[in-house]
Amino acid sequence: MSTETDQGYSAAAEVGAVRARRTVWENMWRGLKKAPLTAWFGLIVIFCYCFVAVFAGLLAPYGESQVFDVPYAPWSDEYTFGTDQLGRDMLTRLIYGARNTIGIAVATTLLSFAVGGGLGVLATIQRGWFDQILSRAVDVLMAIPSLIFALMLLSIFGSTILNLIIIIAILDATRVFRLARAVAMNVVVMDYVEAAKLRGEGLGWIMRKEIIPNIMPPLVAEFGLRFCFVFLTISALSFLGVGIQPPTADWGSMVRENATLITYGDITPLLPAGAIALLTVAVNFVVDWFLHKTSGLRDEH
Amino acid sequence: MHPVLRTVIQRLGLGLLTLLIVSIIIFSSLELLPGDFARAILGQSATPETVAAFQKELGLDRPATARYFEWIGNVLRGDFGTSFSGRSGGTAGSVRQVSDLIEPRLYNTLFLAAMTAIIAVPLALTLGIMAALYRNSWFDRAVNAMTLTTISFPEFFVAYILMLLLAVTFPIFPSLANVSDSTPFWERVLRCMLPAITLTLVIVAHMMRMTRAAIINLLASPYIEMAQLKGVSRTNVIVHHALPNAWAPIVNVIAFNLAYLIVGVVVVEVVFVYPGIGQLMVDSVTSRDIPVVQACALIFAATYILLNLFADVISIVTNPRLLHPR
Repeated sequence: MSTETDQGYSAAAEVGAVRARRTVWENMWRGLKKAPLTAWFGLIVIFCYCFVAVFAGLLAPYGESQVFDVPYAPWSDEYTFGTDQLGRDMLTRLIYGARNTIGIAVATTLLSFAVGGGLGVLATIQRGWFDQILSRAVDVLMAIPSLIFALMLLSIFGSTILNLIIIIAILDATRVFRLARAVAMNVVVMDYVEAAKLRGEGLGWIMRKEIIPNIMPPLVAEFGLRFCFVFLTISALSFLGVGIQPPTADWGSMVRENATLITYGDITPLLPAGAIALLTVAVNFVVDWFLHKTSGLRDEH
Repeated sequence: MHPVLRTVIQRLGLGLLTLLIVSIIIFSSLELLPGDFARAILGQSATPETVAAFQKELGLDRPATARYFEWIGNVLRGDFGTSFSGRSGGTAGSVRQVSDLIEPRLYNTLFLAAMTAIIAVPLALTLGIMAALYRNSWFDRAVNAMTLTTISFPEFFVAYILMLLLAVTFPIFPSLANVSDSTPFWERVLRCMLPAITLTLVIVAHMMRMTRAAIINLLASPYIEMAQLKGVSRTNVIVHHALPNAWAPIVNVIAFNLAYLIVGVVVVEVVFVYPGIGQLMVDSVTSRDIPVVQACALIFAATYILLNLFADVISIVTNPRLLHPR
């Protein structure tokens, strides 16, 4: 032992040196290189969508609700995908739709994770009546189909974007709560959590530093799946005409507004619907890969 | 008492309790409305007297508990109250009963759901068993890829693609499912074909995947290995040895998907302009006709809960370990 210190050798330093050679980015790159084709496809698609959503204002040829003289114009150089029922450029609406639809879905998912995840972890730490009441409430909320519940609540509070986000987030938080509670249950009984409690750490510290880092992987995968679900629910509601209201460009309502074109064999209304489908498929591919990577979960026995 | 009976009664009690709480939630939605909504429903021209009369009719001057028991008692007798629509201007003559609005549409929705179930359930079971039988083959992989895509597609996307292909490009089926009471049976079936195929595509993937998973899960157990070592054929092992034990999870999945049908039906009915209860609900949400929304939500939620309850009971009853207690 002493000879080793004399020579200046330390196992920790050597291991540390090997680790230090790779930065976070290099590690991510190594992981990505091993990713299957489907995951690559998913990542590229998601990146493109995000790019379009962020730079919508620069990419779009016209203004979001700029109206031209010709409604239902065919595809041409001037209007790449034609115009909609009021004479607004389809391509522009599609690009702005990316920002609105994805933005609202991300905000809703984040809110539902903040509420559901936070309460789920809190319930495992507190236990007792707090846990009991929340769990039973979640059981009842989950007994009602969420689309039906959302329709009912929207009829009462009215369809504004804020109402939409809050209602869907709360209905979705029930699923997040269940998962967060189930995973955190296994972590909260660990000795290091007990040690932190005895040390006198506060509730927030235990949640943030001891429990949440240890339940991250399943929650991240769930985030992808929940995002898809929220995205599809909001699109469905907008399609039904009770979600995002015009003149805000949104893919779900764009499908509905132009649906009559289908009967003439025009595929324009399928573009926004396809945009929704492509994004959910991409996210599902990435989540699939992530689940395989983090948990070694296999379909087969 | 027999343990199976006890578990079943416990589950039934729990299900009825859930139903009760859900009905309370749906009822209280009326309480959450802003105070001036009577005026909003009756329109600007309503006199203060008609507004007061309307509020009295809603019974807002009596305690909520009394109104709840009156409401639920009427619902159990099939009376869902009166619709808000047609009250504009305060004329009492055009008031319509909610149950009159719902009854023909409920029949239509049940017809569509039943038709979908008749197509989807046998198809999903066959495909699932075949995927388990030939697992890791190209068939299995193709089926798996299809599952992932159909799960991620919005219903209206599937619906419009089918409409484009099967009604416009190749006019096999009518593109709209506008049926009425006088539509003859086979005509009705033909018109419902496209919505039924859409719903089938949406639910078949999940059912099939779960059937496959349930059977593959069982194939790992020792008694299956024993049967294989005895020289029982592959088909025989799956059909006679694995399937009987897989019924519980499969029935669960079928019930879950039939319950899902109830939700999926809303979007599909709107796409194909099918006069079902889902479309009625969406229309009522847009016009904020709360009694109709309440009635539809209650019907949807009750069906959903009862189907799940039914699945639970079936899986308890078919569980061999519970049937023969030691």
